[in-house]
Amino acid sequence: MIEFRAVTKRFEDGTIAVDELDLTVEAGTITVFVGPSGCGKTTSLRMVNRMIDPTSGTILVDGKDVLTVDPPTLRRGIGYVIQQAGLFPHRTVLDNVATVPLLSGWDRRKARTRAAELLEIVGLDPAFGKRYPAQLSGGQQQRVGVARALAADPPVLLMDEPFSAVDPVVREDLQNELLRLQAELDKTIVFVTHDIDEALKLGERVAVFQTGGHLAQYARPTELLAAPANDFVASFVGRDRGYRTLTFLHADVPVHPITTAKLGQRITVTDWTLVVDDANRPKGWLSGVDGEVEISEQDLISGGSLYDGSTLRGALDAALSSPSALGVVVDDAGAVTGVVKADDVIKALAKARAAGEVPK
Amino acid sequence: MGDWLFDPAHWSGTTGIPVRLLEHLGYTLLTLLIAAVIAIPLGAFVGHTGKGGFLVVGLSNVLRALPTTAVLILVVLWAGLGDFPVYVALVLLAIPPIMAGTYAGIRAVDPVTVDAARGVGMRESGVLLNVEIPNALPLIYGGFRGAALQVVATATIAAYTGAGGLGRLVFDGLALQEFGQMLAGAVLVALLAVLVDLGFAGLQRLTVSPGLRPVGTGGKR
Amino acid sequence: MTWIFENWERFWEVTEVHLRLSVVPVVIGFLLSIPLGWVASRSNTARAILFPLANILFTIPSIALIVITPVLIGVKILDEINVVVPLVIYTVALMVRSVADALSAVPGHVTAAANAMGFRPLRRFLTVDFPLALPVTIAGLRVATVSNISMVSVGALVGLGGYGQLFTEGYQTDHTDKVLAGLIGTIVLAALADGLLLLIGRLLTPWTRAGR
Repeated sequence: MIEFRAVTKRFEDGTIAVDELDLTVEAGTITVFVGPSGCGKTTSLRMVNRMIDPTSGTILVDGKDVLTVDPPTLRRGIGYVIQQAGLFPHRTVLDNVATVPLLSGWDRRKARTRAAELLEIVGLDPAFGKRYPAQLSGGQQQRVGVARALAADPPVLLMDEPFSAVDPVVREDLQNELLRLQAELDKTIVFVTHDIDEALKLGERVAVFQTGGHLAQYARPTELLAAPANDFVASFVGRDRGYRTLTFLHADVPVHPITTAKLGQRITVTDWTLVVDDANRPKGWLSGVDGEVEISEQDLISGGSLYDGSTLRGALDAALSSPSALGVVVDDAGAVTGVVKADDVIKALAKARAAGEVPK
Repeated sequence: MGDWLFDPAHWSGTTGIPVRLLEHLGYTLLTLLIAAVIAIPLGAFVGHTGKGGFLVVGLSNVLRALPTTAVLILVVLWAGLGDFPVYVALVLLAIPPIMAGTYAGIRAVDPVTVDAARGVGMRESGVLLNVEIPNALPLIYGGFRGAALQVVATATIAAYTGAGGLGRLVFDGLALQEFGQMLAGAVLVALLAVLVDLGFAGLQRLTVSPGLRPVGTGGKR
Repeated sequence: MTWIFENWERFWEVTEVHLRLSVVPVVIGFLLSIPLGWVASRSNTARAILFPLANILFTIPSIALIVITPVLIGVKILDEINVVVPLVIYTVALMVRSVADALSAVPGHVTAAANAMGFRPLRRFLTVDFPLALPVTIAGLRVATVSNISMVSVGALVGLGGYGQLFTEGYQTDHTDKVLAGLIGTIVLAALADGLLLLIGRLLTPWTRAGR
C-alpha cells in the first residue's frame, strides 16, 4: 500500500508540480495516474522512490515513511519502469535484468538464473539474453524493462509512461501482457500515462490529475465515465465516454449465422457473403451486387474489426466498422462463428441499464 | 632517405634507431598514463555533476593554446635539462583532448539511461563507474587517441633541449644538413604514430562493450 | 611582463609575423577544406580515403614537416612558406572532418524540403546546408586557429619568425622573461582569435539562440 499524505512539490522556480496530494494506492491493484502534461502525475510517481523529494507532506510505502530510507536502498525494493525502457546499452539483456539482484548482493549465477526465468515470464525467448539492447525492437526492450523491474520481486512497481514510445499494435500487446502478469503476480502497481484509453483499460483505480498538480478525481473507471467530478474530468475523459462505458460491460449479444465462401469458389452472390480461408478465418466481404463470380482476392472488400466475445464496445465497433454492418464474431482460434448487429448491442445495453449494471 | 634509414650502422648502439624508437615510445606512453590519470577523473567528475563545464572547456582552450616549445624551454630553464621538462610539456599537451573527450562522453550518455540507473537503486559512484563511464568509453577513447597522435608527433621537439627520442634524427640531421636523416626521423615518427593508434584501437575493441557498436551499416543520406 | 614593455617594438614586430604566419594558413586551409569536406559528406569512398589520410598527415611532426618542405618545393630554409605549407596541411586535416561532420548533421528532412522546393545543388549548399553546418564548422575552425597559433612557434627552431624566436633566444641566453613574453603573447593572441571567431559565429547563426 502506498499513501500520499498532503504531499506538495514546489520546484525551485516556484512552479507547483503537486499540490496537497492525498491519495491511497491499495495493495495488489493497478492504479493509474492520468492527466495532461504538467499535471504532476510523473512527479507524484517519482516521489515514491525518491527520484524527487517532496517539499512537504509524507509518503508511506507499506507504512514506512520513504524519507527515512536511504534512496538507493529504497529503490532496490521498488520496481521502476520508464519510457523508452532505459536499458543499459553496454550490458547484455540478461545482465540488464540481473542488475537489481546483483546490486542487492546476490551471487552472479543465481542472479543470471533468475534473470533468465524473468525473460520467460515477460514472454521473451531466453535466447534474447545474450543480445544487447540495440538489437531489440522497442516493444522487446520494454519487455526487458519490465523484467528488470521485477527481478528482485519487489512488492511495488512504478511505471512511468512505459508504453508510450511504441506503436499502437505493440502497445496493446504490452498492455494485455501487463494485465496477464498482474493476474499472476499481484503487485501494487502505479502506472502513469497521458492516454485516457490506456488508463481506463489498465486501471482498477484511476487518478485524474489536473494542470497545477491537483487531483481532480480518484475513482474506478466506470465511475469516472458515468460521473465525472468536474468539467475538466468530463472533457479529459472525452465526449464519447458513453461509448467507452461499453468497454466495461460484458453482456450477451445474439450471434446470427452468416453465409461463408472460400477463395476460388464459383458462386452466385445475392447478399453480403463472408469469404474465409481454409481454417474458417475471415478474409473479406463480397457485396450482394456482384452476381455470379469466381471469388478472387481482388474482389474482396476488406472487413472491419473482429469481435471476440469480450465487451459490448468490441461488439459495437465490429458492427459499425464492417462494410456490411454485420460485425464478424470469431472464437479463440480466430475462426468465424457468426455475426452481430449494432441494434442488438443497443438492446443489450438497454437491458444492462435496466438491470442496474450501468453506473449512473 | 633510404640510404640513411637502411644503413645497418644506424640500427645499433646507444644512439641507434631502436633505442630512439623505444625512447620515443616511452615518452609517449608515460605521458599518456599521467595525462589520463589527471584528465579522466576530472572530466568524469565535471561531466557527472554537470557543474564547472565552462571550466573544462576554458581550461582545455588555454592549454591548447600553450606552445609546447615554450613550456619545454621554460621548465628546462627552471629545472634543468632532462626528461622532466619533456613530460611536463607533453602532459600539458595531452590533457585537453582527454579531458574534453571524457566530459563530452559522460554528457552524451542518454539521460534516460542515467535515470534508470538511479531508479534501480545504484549509488552515485555506481552510476558513474558502472553506467556513465562504460557508455562514454567510445568518446573517451576518441579523445585519448587524438592525444596519443599529438604526443607522438610533438615528442619530437624534446630533442631540441637535448633529450632523446626520434626527434634526435630530425635535429641532428638539421645540424649536419643531412636531409636523409631528417626525413627518416619524420617517417619513423609517423609510422610509430600509426602503430600506437592501431594498438589503442585494439585496446578499444577489447574494452568497449559490443552493445555500443553502431548498429547496421550506417549508410548515408 | 616588463620585458614586453621595455622591448615593445620588438614584441610588436614578432606579433605581426606570428599573426601573419598563423592566420594565412587558417584561411587557405579553411577554404580548401570546404569542398573536400563536402565531398566527404556525400561519398563514403571519399570519406574512406580523406579521413585516414588526414589522420596520417596529422601524425607527421610539425618540426619535420617544416624542415622537409623547403627540400620538397625548392625554397630556402628561412622562407616563411615553410611554416605556411605545413600549417595549411594541418588545418585541412583538422577541418575536413569538421566540415564533413557538420554537413552530415544537417537534418535530412531539411535538405529534402529544400530539394522539394526546387533548389539546385549549388544554391542549396550555399543557402541551406552550409549555413546550417556553420556552428559545428566554426567550432572546428576555432580549434584549428588556436592550435595553429600555438604551432607557429615551432618554426623558430629552424630560425623562422614569430613568438618562437623569443623562446629560442630566451633559451640560448637563459632569459626566462623573454620566453614568458612569447608565451603570454601566444595565449593572448589565441584567446583573441578564439573570441573573435565565437563572436562571428554568433552573429552568423542567430537562429541557434532562438527560443531559449
